[in-house]
Amino acid sequence: MFIPDSVLHNDERAVFALRALYGGYGYTQYKMNKFEEYDLYAGNKSFLVSEDVITFTDRGGRLMALKPDVTLSIVRSAPAAFSGVRRVFYDENVYRVPKGGSSFKEIKQLGIECIGDTDSYCVSEVITLAAKSLALISPEYRLEVSNLDLLSAATELAGLSPRGAALAAERISKKDPGGLREVCFAEGLRGQNCEPLFLLAGACGEPAEVIKTLCGAFRGEKAARALDETERVLSGVPARGVALDFSVVGDTNYYNGMVFKGYVNGIPSALISGGRYDNLMARMGKNARAAGFAVYIDLLGELPEPAADFDFDVLLIASDVETTAKAAEKLNSGGESVFVTRDANCGIRARRTVRAEEII
Amino acid sequence: MNGGVLNVALPKGRLGEKVYSLFESAGFGAPDMEKNSRKLIFGGGENGLRFFWVKPSDVAIYVERGAADVGVAGRDILLEYEPDVYELLDLKTGVCRVAVAAKKGFRDDKRRTLKVATKFARIAQEYYNAQGREIDIIKLNGSIELAPILGLSDVIVDIVETGTTLKENDLEVVAEVAPVSARLIANKANYGFKRELINDICRSLAERSVRE
Repeated sequence: MFIPDSVLHNDERAVFALRALYGGYGYTQYKMNKFEEYDLYAGNKSFLVSEDVITFTDRGGRLMALKPDVTLSIVRSAPAAFSGVRRVFYDENVYRVPKGGSSFKEIKQLGIECIGDTDSYCVSEVITLAAKSLALISPEYRLEVSNLDLLSAATELAGLSPRGAALAAERISKKDPGGLREVCFAEGLRGQNCEPLFLLAGACGEPAEVIKTLCGAFRGEKAARALDETERVLSGVPARGVALDFSVVGDTNYYNGMVFKGYVNGIPSALISGGRYDNLMARMGKNARAAGFAVYIDLLGELPEPAADFDFDVLLIASDVETTAKAAEKLNSGGESVFVTRDANCGIRARRTVRAEEII
Repeated sequence: MNGGVLNVALPKGRLGEKVYSLFESAGFGAPDMEKNSRKLIFGGGENGLRFFWVKPSDVAIYVERGAADVGVAGRDILLEYEPDVYELLDLKTGVCRVAVAAKKGFRDDKRRTLKVATKFARIAQEYYNAQGREIDIIKLNGSIELAPILGLSDVIVDIVETGTTLKENDLEVVAEVAPVSARLIANKANYGFKRELINDICRSLAERSVRE
């Protein structure tokens, strides 16, 4: 089947291209054919993009949910323990309230998950695929990568309480150095031990340079491991459009290690969000590690599409059925789109208007 | 949406004018800016900055949705609406506080639900949640000080600058909730693509806001 590119919208074109990309790296499609019980989502609400979930009671009386997310189902369906790596991609509609919105929407979402013996290479592959996904959508993209383990090492070095660490992470996510200082001061912390945390808050740029700067400031085994992992993972990721930026944070109940967000110029929020989520695996009783990301396809509607000057090529004024059918077929097989009408003033914009008899 | 221009949303009114003069003194003004004009958009020329005047409570929406790359919003707005934006700089201007105020001599009867009139529903709810105090929020959009005087509420949660309005209405501050000042905010996506210019502006404004 041949599909002319001109009939595809940005989102449809992207879906085909992304599916081909993920297939090329050994990812097979995961189809979510049934609904999950509400409990699956209720126990992991802060993992969801939006906490609102549409529920219904199935014929057996169980409270079910209209899928707000796909990753949780993929994790739930994974065996408790297995060797090797399972690579899947999904292409599903999910149902949730967009941020700042007031009502539920059906939202197209694509994503990949890499589950099992997910080593540094796998994380590197996932980040590479995130960068390649952005590049397929726009030449002007930016993938911002962070390491939650390094942030955790910095808050421990500073001596922050768990609540202080959460507040510090929030201020770092806002690129608010003044607010970060206030968090530390509120816990009586002003010394040199806070310096790595302040440095991390401002660290943003080309990965090799940022790592070099951070290496000199951090001490301790945890920080060294996190810096080493960051360097190792990013050594396999194409440099173009990729930056280290520690304002990318995630809920540490689910995420750990490398996390990232991807942007393209012209879309005002993150188009891709993902990272390593070993902590979610552990919460769900799985003895495995995992990494993945979601692409919020609905946001592609923000990108400009070429404006069409006409609705159709030909406005065909109908005659008798046989003549009209033959005329429409002839025009259509010549590659022109046709709108048949008896009313020449029907409001349709066409390149030309012809009577069916003139074609036959 | 982005082009080569940096879109700046400023709050209409005194604060916006003060912040605009900071931009101007840092060399980021708009040559066609007219005071006391009804025009809403200025600039977009040589230095690539285009200024919009918008309602103060809408600045964060313009920035979060990417219609503006950066903007200036009060911390009260950021606490209330929690927009997903970067908060790059405390401009140390527009300094005031969110506070709880009540009629002079007010005593909180903990056996009753406290009636709180405010336009900052989230800030008020979080403040009283942290104290474990049950409240009933009455959402108002203006003249909040009237509420306790007419018995509509027990207390109000509102912005207090000098306290003159409270004093003139026989009200007083009974608790401080949060300090407030104007913040330079940026859209998270657009920041990455215009980082150098935004950081330049941020550095220049920081120098000037410290001097002021």
